[in-house]
Amino acid sequence: MAVALILVLVVVGSILFHILSPWWWSPIASNWGYIDQTLIITFWITGAVFSAVVLFMAYCVFRFRHREGIKADYNPENKKLESWLTAVTAVGVAAMLAPGLYVWSQFITVPDDATEVEVVGQQWQWNYRLPGEDGRLGKSDNRLVTYENPLGIDPDDPYGQDDVVIEAADLHLPIDKPVKMLLRSIDVLHDFYVPEFRAKMDMVPGTVTYFWFTPTRTGTFEVLCAELCGTGHGYMRGIVMVDTEEDYQAWLDGQTTFARLSAPPKVGAMDAVEP
Amino acid sequence: MVDATPHAEQGIPPAETPELELYHPRGWWTTYVFSQDAKVIAIQYSGTALAIGLVALVLSWLMRLQLGFPGTFDFITPEAYYQFMTMHGMIMVIYLLTALFLGGFGNYLIPLMVGARDMVFPYVNMLSYWIYLLAVLVLVASFFAPGGPTGAGWTLYPPQVILSGTPGGQGAGIVLMLVSLILFIIGFTMGGLNYVVTVIQGRTRGMTLMRMPLTVWGIFTATVMALLAFPALFVACVMMLFDRLLGTSFFMPALVEMGELMSYGGGSPILFQHLFWFFGHPEVYIVALPAFGIVSDLISTHARKNIFGYRMMVWAIVIIGALSFVVWAHHMYVSGMHPWFGFFFATTTLIIAIPTAIKVYNWVLTLWRGDIHLTLPMLFALAFIVTFVNGGLTGLFLGNVVVDVPLSDTMFVVAHFHMVMGVAPVLVVFGAIYHWYPKITGRMLNEAMGQFHFWVTFVGAYAIFFPMHYVGLVGVPRRYPELGDVAFATDSVHSLNAFITIAALTVGFAQMVFLFNLVWSLRNGREAGGNPWRATSLEWQTPTTPPPHGNWGAERPVVYRWAYDYSVPGAPEDFIAQNDPGSRHRGAV
Ligand code: HEM
Ligand SMILES: [Cu+2]
Ligand SMILES: [Cu+2]
Repeated sequence: MAVALILVLVVVGSILFHILSPWWWSPIASNWGYIDQTLIITFWITGAVFSAVVLFMAYCVFRFRHREGIKADYNPENKKLESWLTAVTAVGVAAMLAPGLYVWSQFITVPDDATEVEVVGQQWQWNYRLPGEDGRLGKSDNRLVTYENPLGIDPDDPYGQDDVVIEAADLHLPIDKPVKMLLRSIDVLHDFYVPEFRAKMDMVPGTVTYFWFTPTRTGTFEVLCAELCGTGHGYMRGIVMVDTEEDYQAWLDGQTTFARLSAPPKVGAMDAVEP
Repeated sequence: MVDATPHAEQGIPPAETPELELYHPRGWWTTYVFSQDAKVIAIQYSGTALAIGLVALVLSWLMRLQLGFPGTFDFITPEAYYQFMTMHGMIMVIYLLTALFLGGFGNYLIPLMVGARDMVFPYVNMLSYWIYLLAVLVLVASFFAPGGPTGAGWTLYPPQVILSGTPGGQGAGIVLMLVSLILFIIGFTMGGLNYVVTVIQGRTRGMTLMRMPLTVWGIFTATVMALLAFPALFVACVMMLFDRLLGTSFFMPALVEMGELMSYGGGSPILFQHLFWFFGHPEVYIVALPAFGIVSDLISTHARKNIFGYRMMVWAIVIIGALSFVVWAHHMYVSGMHPWFGFFFATTTLIIAIPTAIKVYNWVLTLWRGDIHLTLPMLFALAFIVTFVNGGLTGLFLGNVVVDVPLSDTMFVVAHFHMVMGVAPVLVVFGAIYHWYPKITGRMLNEAMGQFHFWVTFVGAYAIFFPMHYVGLVGVPRRYPELGDVAFATDSVHSLNAFITIAALTVGFAQMVFLFNLVWSLRNGREAGGNPWRATSLEWQTPTTPPPHGNWGAERPVVYRWAYDYSVPGAPEDFIAQNDPGSRHRGAV
């Protein structure tokens, strides 16, 4: 009796917790509302199955608990029932998988007008690179990383000269413009994760990974590293600001290009201005 | 005992093989320590696994203290947190659950349940345990090594695993971990071959494959899987040792660590992930399938009813076992592997849900019109179904590639896998111990302590891990010693974390009561007799309890029926033992 009651309470409690809980995802700030919707569908289907199975158990425990003189039934199998259950399960699974795969195909198809933004992870900070005026990122290689060239940009690649380098500072993105985040690491695995954008992807040294999204809401968002990268992993945080177009341009104008960063300091220049 | 064949006929080999001198104990040492009796080896395995599991449990308290009350405990630095976390995860999955289900329950139950006198290679079986013990000792040694144990996470992902930014990466920690795993796999292989060959070759007369209890099916299939999956981990460990000690670059690309260019180049970190999860996903089922098998038998026995759809249950075990080798990359959806793999692995992963669901249906349908005795094993079995269904269903979120994107590497994942492969199998372990303890010791475990243990563990574990999903939904990443103040999570998340910690400590305390019960009941438990649950399978029909070396006295039992003849209409009792000849036409299968 108590057991059946507690099983019912588990179901009721779980549903109430789900409904009343203040703990839910933060309001979305990207185009990936589809992901949230697929997640909601999954919640409904799985929630229904969970409740059905546990309530059925509770009923059995209540109804068929041991009583003197009553024997259990003897029925080894029931082909028809088993086939039915299999078919219904298959339908439920398909109802989750189909939207899932559909949204996944969107997730991996980057729109042509997406601008590229590179994120470079390093223990334990975030660096970024924007393509500059020419709209193209120059080649890069971890072997070229030095103190002056923290992102390992190839100095011989002309496309790289106007790239904007942002070392350990905030990233700004213009609202409503699709961006393709190109992800790179100069040491270990990291993962660029902004909860409000819903998307994330590992950064793997030696290769460039990517994901895309469109910021849909201005504001300041926290970046967290979501792949264990050593002792500082839990503290590897950053900031992404989604700006209006004007604010974005103003910020961009204040940034430094690779050419300027790597230009040799002009010897004697200081003397010249001195009176 | 040479040729004690009950029904020797031409062309059929004798049921008994000639005695082997070497194999019998000659004194205290060979009876209790270097024993070749599978039952003694089983107890050695179980004792060692529970002891090291206790360490993992204590580590989980320390982690929870940090997560619930960050900043309160100065000695839990981020380094220490990662070391606790790594050792906790690795011990729980491999050194506790794998060793306990296969080395412990496998050794005890396989020979008894199939009517064998012992494992087919007793000497190798003994070696298996001693190598396992060595692996555990090497693992424990890493706690005392300079720099401490590795803190790379139980997944041991390169490159960080062998670099100085990770605790134990440049010290002895990671080396000892890899050596320990390699030893574990060697030891396991010795035992595993034994379990497989014993099931195939050692069954008694009449014990056809389709008459075996599902416990044996579960352990057997899991062992076959482990023999196929562990080699992937083995080579990954060896290659990683080479990278760490010899400077090879299997998994190491060119990289700059702390401003310095390392001498590595050309290796692939993703290759390691594939090898790891080719082992790691089947590993989940290596733990789950024995639990599936055992729980089927617990439900059937204590509901006095045949397991519903036995043949379907066997096929489901085999199909799940096979499919689980083609789903591994669902752990790598956001690893940067080619995105097209997502379609394939999401599909295979969700297909596995179907045979798994069939198992669940058949468990609950076994309860239907049963005669349910709410004994402790039955309670644990019911609790298993609740937590397993819960954890299995959240697997559908994480398996469905695009839904995994926001959830992966958050506390949602931690909640999911604890529910499905932490709590659920552990509940089966408890149920199984309450069920078979009387056979092993001749005495029942104390009921009052057992009830306390059950309710606190079940309700407590649910209270730990159900709310944890919502911490993950908020967006809190896993493997964070503290979240700090972030805009996306309100203060109430911190209170929820504190609540979870209190639940975890409570559940931990209940386990002490259980351990006390195990010891206390050895002397003070009620006398059990040979078959206290009135069960059908062979282990309950031994001439003496606990069964002696050789199990069966003069003659091995002959099997006439499947293991599920409960409440057969017209039978005088509500069970018919497998070795009861009865009237031949009645037995099913
Ligand atoms: C009441 C019991 C338990 C508690 C309170 C507990 C708690 C925890 C905590 C706090 C973490 C770290 C989460 C993070 O920061 O990412 C963790 C990780 C883990 N636990 Fe448990 N755990 C328990 C039982 C188990 C069991 C029975 C298993 C067996 C499968 C298990 C397997 C793992 C694994 C594999 C990890 C991941 C380690 C990693 O991230 O590298 N735990 N657990
Ligand atoms: Cu990280
Ligand atoms: Cu998996």
